[in-house]
Amino acid sequence: MDMQIALLLGQDGLTNGAIYALLALALVLVFAVTRVIFIPQGEFVAFGALTLVSLQAGKLPGTLWLLLALGTLIALIDGALALRNRQFRRGLWIVSVYCVLPLLLAGTLFAIPAATLPLPLQVGLALMLVVPLGPMIYRLAYQPIAEASVLVLLIVSVAVHVTLMGIGLLFFGAEGSRTLPFSDVSFSLGDALLQGQAVLVVVTSVLLIMALYFFFERTIYGKALRATAMNRTGARLMGISGTLAGMLSFTLAATIGAFSGILISPITTIYYDSGFLIGLKGFVGAIIGGLASYPVAAAGAILVGLLESYSSFWASAFKEVIVFTLIIPVLLWRSLKTHHVEEE
Amino acid sequence: MSELAGADERIVVLEVSSLSVSYGKVDALHGIALKVHRGEIVTVIGPNGAGKTTLLCALIGLLPVRGDIVYLGEQQDGGRSVEKLVRQGMTLVPEKRELFSEMSVKDNLLLGAFDRYRAGHRDQLETIDQVFEIFPRLRERRAQMAGTLSGGERQMLAMGRALMAKPRLLLLDEPSLGLAPLVIKEIFRTITQLKKLGVAILLVEQNARAALQVADYGYVLETGRLSLEGPSRDLLTDPRVIESYLGLGGRH
Amino acid sequence: MKHAAHTTTVLLLFITALALAPLLLPEFYITLLNYIGLYAIVALGLVLLTGVGGLTSFGQAAFVGLGAYTSAYLTTVHGVSPWLTLPAGLLATALIALSIGIVTLRLSGHFLPLGTIAWGISLYYLFGNLEALGGHTGISGIPSLQVLDLEIKSGRAFFYLIWVVLLVFVLATRNLLDSREGRAIRALRGGSLMAEAMGVNTPRAKIVIFTIAALYASVSGWLYAHLQRFVNPTPFSLTQGIEYLFMGVVGGVAHVWGAIIGAGLITILKQWLQDWLPKLFGQSGNFEVIVFGLLMIFVLHRARDGVWPIITRWWPQRPTQARVVVEAAPLARRPMPKPGSLLLEIKDATKRFGGLVANERVSFSVMAGEVMALIGPNGAGKSTMFNGISGVDPLTSGTVIFRGQRVESLPARDIARLGMSRTFQHVRLLAGMSVIENVAIGAHLRGNKSFIAAACRTDRKEEARLLREAAAQIERCGLAEQMYEAAGSLPLGKQRIVEIARALAADPCLLLLDEPAAGLRYMEKQALADLLRRLRDEGIGILLVEHDMDFVMGLADRVLVMEFGRKLAAGLPEEIQRNPAVVEAYLGGVE
Repeated sequence: MDMQIALLLGQDGLTNGAIYALLALALVLVFAVTRVIFIPQGEFVAFGALTLVSLQAGKLPGTLWLLLALGTLIALIDGALALRNRQFRRGLWIVSVYCVLPLLLAGTLFAIPAATLPLPLQVGLALMLVVPLGPMIYRLAYQPIAEASVLVLLIVSVAVHVTLMGIGLLFFGAEGSRTLPFSDVSFSLGDALLQGQAVLVVVTSVLLIMALYFFFERTIYGKALRATAMNRTGARLMGISGTLAGMLSFTLAATIGAFSGILISPITTIYYDSGFLIGLKGFVGAIIGGLASYPVAAAGAILVGLLESYSSFWASAFKEVIVFTLIIPVLLWRSLKTHHVEEE
Repeated sequence: MSELAGADERIVVLEVSSLSVSYGKVDALHGIALKVHRGEIVTVIGPNGAGKTTLLCALIGLLPVRGDIVYLGEQQDGGRSVEKLVRQGMTLVPEKRELFSEMSVKDNLLLGAFDRYRAGHRDQLETIDQVFEIFPRLRERRAQMAGTLSGGERQMLAMGRALMAKPRLLLLDEPSLGLAPLVIKEIFRTITQLKKLGVAILLVEQNARAALQVADYGYVLETGRLSLEGPSRDLLTDPRVIESYLGLGGRH
Repeated sequence: MKHAAHTTTVLLLFITALALAPLLLPEFYITLLNYIGLYAIVALGLVLLTGVGGLTSFGQAAFVGLGAYTSAYLTTVHGVSPWLTLPAGLLATALIALSIGIVTLRLSGHFLPLGTIAWGISLYYLFGNLEALGGHTGISGIPSLQVLDLEIKSGRAFFYLIWVVLLVFVLATRNLLDSREGRAIRALRGGSLMAEAMGVNTPRAKIVIFTIAALYASVSGWLYAHLQRFVNPTPFSLTQGIEYLFMGVVGGVAHVWGAIIGAGLITILKQWLQDWLPKLFGQSGNFEVIVFGLLMIFVLHRARDGVWPIITRWWPQRPTQARVVVEAAPLARRPMPKPGSLLLEIKDATKRFGGLVANERVSFSVMAGEVMALIGPNGAGKSTMFNGISGVDPLTSGTVIFRGQRVESLPARDIARLGMSRTFQHVRLLAGMSVIENVAIGAHLRGNKSFIAAACRTDRKEEARLLREAAAQIERCGLAEQMYEAAGSLPLGKQRIVEIARALAADPCLLLLDEPAAGLRYMEKQALADLLRRLRDEGIGILLVEHDMDFVMGLADRVLVMEFGRKLAAGLPEEIQRNPAVVEAYLGGVE
């Protein structure tokens, strides 16, 4: 391996690592706040990318139907509840948020040719289609059993993951696709050629991480989420309900997932089931951070990206084997660090 | 805190009757009846394990109850929840303090006003100043992580955080727990100050003397039932209080 | 007993129907039943692991693959007999399961399932990329099984093999669960703290059930390889691993028969959905996972115990089969220390949680044949002291000398072995298990029969002695009438008494009782006090934390008062009651 290849692989690894880091942060966040191990994170990556592909191809993305269906379901459940408690204003609010807004979005999509819109608007539309699925799924699948054990929530996560994956196949078919590149620019740095898209991915990831940092450190809602993660009872006594924190963290995770998918779709072919493996690599990073530390999780995720990139050079067939076997020494290291674990 | 108009000292904030709480098949509390008026400190004292904490958890909506609770003139029904009660101005300072230990004192206080923020109030900075007036120590420590505070400061922060919600009824669970006598004295002096702000306080304490000295009215809770009640002055000298604590009942 | 008879009838009917199935059903259904059997073997392992032990694995399919590939490789490449590849596959599986288990099982609950997802993927890609294993095309031409001259080749012949293996495994699993080691496994769900305090080596128990589950899966893989006579990586993917867990959860993961029900339901549903969904959607693909996922979410929301408990509602069973054999020989007892001799000595015990000091340089001792009471206001550090002494949460510094031996750095289970037994402030019983089974956990260290002995039922003599001991302790504590009731159905006060009976079943010389009288009525308290006095007269030392002062003062020989984690006073009950410092500590005061 010469220097040029090494740099190229490093660039690849860093690009993927940045995405894994974003996902790892979202996973740590969701786990800390809701105790949900968010396996379906990967589906948001795939949905984000493939929704943008559909928009650019001038097709109606299947995620729209999912959005309408979940919205209607929630409106029916929560609306009925509000009616029974005679909270008519609340009922109206629920119907407008969960039914009218998605319908307006659908109307927009029918009315204007999305394929001809400028890229930022397309990205915005794709996010508007995919991100609300996050809190909706929280409301339907997790909130009714929010007090269940981590293991039950994990099994639910796996169930949500397979459901969404099946739905992904239904909507987007088995073929993979790429979106149009955001930028064709490339720079040369010494011997190496820096691809504009790769730089964009890394820079955007860093910006997103900074935005997250700002959100958690400076806004009262961000602080409320951290408070819930630290002390659930304490937070509840301040009026920060578990449902609110759950919806909020799922919204963030869905945003991060969908946006990550959109970022990498010009450089990676995305299939309906690609998200799962991408998400899991974020997971390996999150586990390195013990599902608790944000910086360690991010660093771990970048390590995963680099390891993957270099192992694809030496033993490309065993790339996945190497990445996922990494978890064993990591777990060993964590188990040696943990002296005593007792779930009270 | 707008209906000062009536200016009637005896407005009932909380009225509880025949309240029972069970864990599974066991009654933890049985037939509890008590009343808290505006601007009044009412204390429930009793030995360890009598059900004092259970009572407060039940009132704030953390535990399901049977019986009647009327809060601010409103009968509480099945739709009662912690979040709703917090919105209506009931706040609990829990026995374990439940602080956000990896956050600064100031952030802890800020989150005390989370629900007011959500409801559209933006007066947090002034409220924080008021809380700092009451607990000057917290001002000194405002940048420090809550987890690094001393026991007394933790209790002050827990109370300060609760005050950030501008409560109408403050439920205090064993504020003296684990604190040194001098600190207890300081905490209880603050509790009497709060009374002057017009907050109704329900104070649950094992430290009977300290509680009765600051309270207007007291109840004695023994194994899930209220065994005695009366103006605190009378309870302070009642020998039956001592008996219920030290098990002298059967021997003299 | 009528219910037991019902159960036996149903079971016999089921076996008869199975035996007749190949003679009556067409080939298609036999194939389906063969797959149900193969899947149920794997799901059965999950019952043991997840339903009983509370550990979750999504990676069982990888173990199936290990069994299948070991046999496929050895028979086709090296011409080894399939009967030899079975133990080879089991050995390979056991080695891998042990090493994975050791790495992940020490961590908190969710790391194991996450680990299983990762290495499930990893092994799948390994199977698909190793040239020697035929890559993604797999290995074909695997020989069929032969017994003497008889070749087990047809689906119908294989049917008997699969279902006999499955039923044997079901029987062995049931036997195992109904034994000393089985109770230890079932105790894992109640948190390892209690199990450790009763002397159970919980990490070992976890690794054992993880390995057993992996071995079941491996056997299923071996059968699969010789039934199909062809293997490729697909059936061993993570997706299949997830499906195995779904089978367990849908069927009822806490019940051995739930594995068969779950495997049956999911397999039949899958068959049906694979026919219908592509027609419905007008395209081909694995759409059945959508339905499976939704079904799982529904089951976990609405019927978390799965289908089996719903079925058994038609013929309700008693919670246990454990029955006491009165004529069993009593267990050997440990020699008791002389009354009045030093039993436990605590010197300068200190416990810190971060910056908080819960115990600070506390020293005291307990003699054999005395009741020592530890009292003090809330938060004085009494329960912390208990946890320090019993090794559940070791002290930061200081020494604990129990029967002349320093124990402050020993794990709880080793301290229990020396004759210290305890109860918990928050009752730690297994609510679904009968009182007698709960109490028998206390006698864990008084038996030594292994998992294998339990599965083969060669442990019955010891088991009878253990149950007899448990029954004797229950009677002694006055709970004979509730012996076969589920522990969770008793009132809290009675549950505390069950905890005492469980502690006594360990044949202790020192009893640590954490608030034993809480929740008891007056008469029950009297009975408890009488029991404790009798125990004291037998020479047992009792260390007691209790809030009911009437109870403490009437019972204790000596009293130690703690406040702020420190020793405030010590002495006879009368002295303590008159001690002004104690009165102050309890009633408090501002001036």
